[in-house]
Amino acid sequence: MNATLPQTETEFTRTRGRVPSYFEEGGRTVGSWLLTTDHKRIGILYLYSILFYFTIAAIAAAIIRLELITPQGDLVSAETYNKLFTIHGTLMVWFFLIPSIPSVLGNFVIPLMIGAKDLAFPRLNLLSWYLFNIGGLIALYAVAIGGVDTGWTFYTPYSSAFTNSHVVTMVAGVFIAGFSSILTGVNFIVTIHKLRAPGLTWFKMPIFLWSNYATSVILVMATPVLAMTLVLLSIERIWGVGVFDPKLGGDPVLFQHLFWFYSHPAVYIMILPGMGVVSELVTCFARKPIFGYHFVAFASVAIALIGFVVWGHHMFTAGTSIYSGLFFSLMSYLVAVPSAIKVFNWTMTLYRGRIFLTTPMLYALGFIGLFTIGGLTGLFVAALAIDVHVTDTYFIVAHFHYIMVGGMVTGFLGGLHYWWPKITGRLYPENLGRLSALIIFIGFNLTFFPQYIMGYLGMVRRYHSYAPEFQIYHVMSSAGASILGVGYILPLIYLIWSLKHGKKAPANPWNATGLEWQTTSPPPKHNFIETPVVTREPYQYSPEVEERMIYG
Amino acid sequence: MSLLNPSIVPRKTYVLVWVALLLLLLANWGIAQLKLGPFNPVFSLGIAFIQMMLMLLFLMHVRYSTALTRVFVAAGFIWFVIMVVLSMNDYLTRGSVPGQMGNSWIHEHPTAPPVNLPKP
Amino acid sequence: MAEAHEALAEQFEEMPQQTEASLLGMWTFLATEILFFGAMFLGYIVYRSTYPEAFAEAGRHTLILYGSVNTAILLTSSFTMSLAIDSAQRGRNRPLLGFLLLTILLGCGFLLVKGLEYSEDIHEHLVPGAHFTKELSAPGQMFWVLYWIMTGVHSLHLIIGVGVLAVVAWMAWGGKFSEYYHNPVLISGLYWHFVDVIWVWLYAFIYLINRH
Repeated sequence: MNATLPQTETEFTRTRGRVPSYFEEGGRTVGSWLLTTDHKRIGILYLYSILFYFTIAAIAAAIIRLELITPQGDLVSAETYNKLFTIHGTLMVWFFLIPSIPSVLGNFVIPLMIGAKDLAFPRLNLLSWYLFNIGGLIALYAVAIGGVDTGWTFYTPYSSAFTNSHVVTMVAGVFIAGFSSILTGVNFIVTIHKLRAPGLTWFKMPIFLWSNYATSVILVMATPVLAMTLVLLSIERIWGVGVFDPKLGGDPVLFQHLFWFYSHPAVYIMILPGMGVVSELVTCFARKPIFGYHFVAFASVAIALIGFVVWGHHMFTAGTSIYSGLFFSLMSYLVAVPSAIKVFNWTMTLYRGRIFLTTPMLYALGFIGLFTIGGLTGLFVAALAIDVHVTDTYFIVAHFHYIMVGGMVTGFLGGLHYWWPKITGRLYPENLGRLSALIIFIGFNLTFFPQYIMGYLGMVRRYHSYAPEFQIYHVMSSAGASILGVGYILPLIYLIWSLKHGKKAPANPWNATGLEWQTTSPPPKHNFIETPVVTREPYQYSPEVEERMIYG
Repeated sequence: MSLLNPSIVPRKTYVLVWVALLLLLLANWGIAQLKLGPFNPVFSLGIAFIQMMLMLLFLMHVRYSTALTRVFVAAGFIWFVIMVVLSMNDYLTRGSVPGQMGNSWIHEHPTAPPVNLPKP
Repeated sequence: MAEAHEALAEQFEEMPQQTEASLLGMWTFLATEILFFGAMFLGYIVYRSTYPEAFAEAGRHTLILYGSVNTAILLTSSFTMSLAIDSAQRGRNRPLLGFLLLTILLGCGFLLVKGLEYSEDIHEHLVPGAHFTKELSAPGQMFWVLYWIMTGVHSLHLIIGVGVLAVVAWMAWGGKFSEYYHNPVLISGLYWHFVDVIWVWLYAFIYLINRH
């Protein structure tokens, strides 16, 4: 433990009466940020990066929704449309959703939450950010030189033998970004095992840590299979011979097995951290300990584990055997159980709580409702008999957007607002926050609920022209998308505004439990003046106590 | 033995393991020369397994490591086994139901002309 | 409180914690490598179970002498790596350096033999593609696709391993290690042994199980 503060710190403390924050200590130049190993700065670097890729992917979505207002393919050509949804999917999955909560909020909050000075491997953390952006820039380069039209799923044999688009460049970018995922996962796993503060046993950890731990297991075990799959795909494209080639007796469906072995667990990467955030938010804003802590903790792990044995449900109509389909269908029903347990436990946490409808809480409540709808439709499609009809329709598109956007993105925004005072030392304007949450909720449902209906009625996905009977749903969806866009732009504006003009935040504006709130907002470079010691159970809230929160 | 290094293995152990590995290699090569039908893979893979265990336990110190380390080691293999077993569940049961596609994808007489592959 | 070792990073309280964390991190990474190689092994298992005769026929063209010699070389290199770790644990710097260099030498020996084997394979028209030997069937060519990819990826990992050991040897030469601190030696040793374990399986899959 540092017995003496460094020279600059004591001078600072003498003149300002407080310890410098991580913004002030560690250098103020761009270079000091680009070479930082401070997990808090790296979290912010990731925030900038994912915002950049999100914007591009959102523009692609906007063009898609614009095209789909009319039944004819009149805005863009079919090939361009294919490239647009490929850009949207690839960037949103690998360059926005997967890193969003873990690499931004996880990086920032985890060491604080466990009472450590940093993650276990700070330099690997910085490397992870660089690999992420190198991969992202390569993927964008692939877009710039003409793009890819295979969809983010890169199915063979189209991707390996027939398309003329820049598959190898694009998958090279994804391959490199995959290492970023793996390094983050390694870092989190070792950190949570080895750097917990004295007294912080596994079952005293906040659920956010359990969720990120489970996510890290997936990051580490699934991503390498994707990496090899993309290598095999690239070899087949470059040299014309490969393991998916029917001319050699190969099976193109093998690609799907390998791809989905990663990509199904990947969707749990894209929901578990959001669930972790929700557990923090409902406890704080219902002023109650989480109902059934052990169940929620084990459910996080169970989702990660069972999530590895369900991948074949993406392949029910691909030509796999009926016994394979049977097994994967059964397992897909099973994986819903821990998710349902979590929803039940959040609901019971809210029950008889003292509810504060703050912006983060609005996002948390939105998550619970929208995730439940998305998850329920997951059960519908886990049934072979239904999936045969709705696979590759907008029903599936709606299903996964309800979970990834209605769930994960909502959770991300909730967490961002919740920890914003801690990260920036500023309060965001609360009323604008609540308004934006409401606009997002309305816009989201208008965008995606009609997609369930038209998917069920037969509207195929990835088509830029369609039969006129679906137009009414597409118009509703596109209208919703514009509202959703406004909803996303508002926080961008007011959060940036708050950096300069927001009220200064106290150490604990929400009166929240958790070690991260025991230090200043923003924290000093080494997080804590003294290593904290944990003696209490987590979430020691009481709904009976009259409390005040401090709003911006 | 140093406080910081609980797993200093006696050098003799390393020598014995090395000799055992080489002898197993010799045995593996030798058995592969014999025609044992379906038992050839059993021996080849079985000996490879024993060699792997010797290296894991003694050279990579798993025998002297914490339970946590052993869980991590086991996890890697378990995940691999899951991937293989569930994929083979598909491949081995194709064609078991009448009307379902069979197990080979190559036609007896390929009629498709060779494909001109585009630049990646 | 004891003097903190100069290699003790600030997020750790004491060196044993840092050492354990480093080892755990490397084991986690090795688990990812099991799955990385595992995807290729899955492809092999799928196709061998589908085309056993074609694979047997194709497998008979592998050069078992080169494969066996290479296995012996790598197993010995794991032995020398263990002795390097042992020297580091005892704080004996010169044997550490010596055994690291020996391991590197053996690794390069493997690559040399592999290179010779590859040129032999090329000479025998065993490279998949337009010039592939007419003696083998289409699934037989699939065996050879897997051969080149699996041994190629393995060799790449070996080259990286040699590079890593060179860096570690350079650190050893600079006197960076003692019996209190030698984490880079430990974790690079784990990596090296792992690459050897992969090869032991490759040897069986590629050279042995298809001979008949």
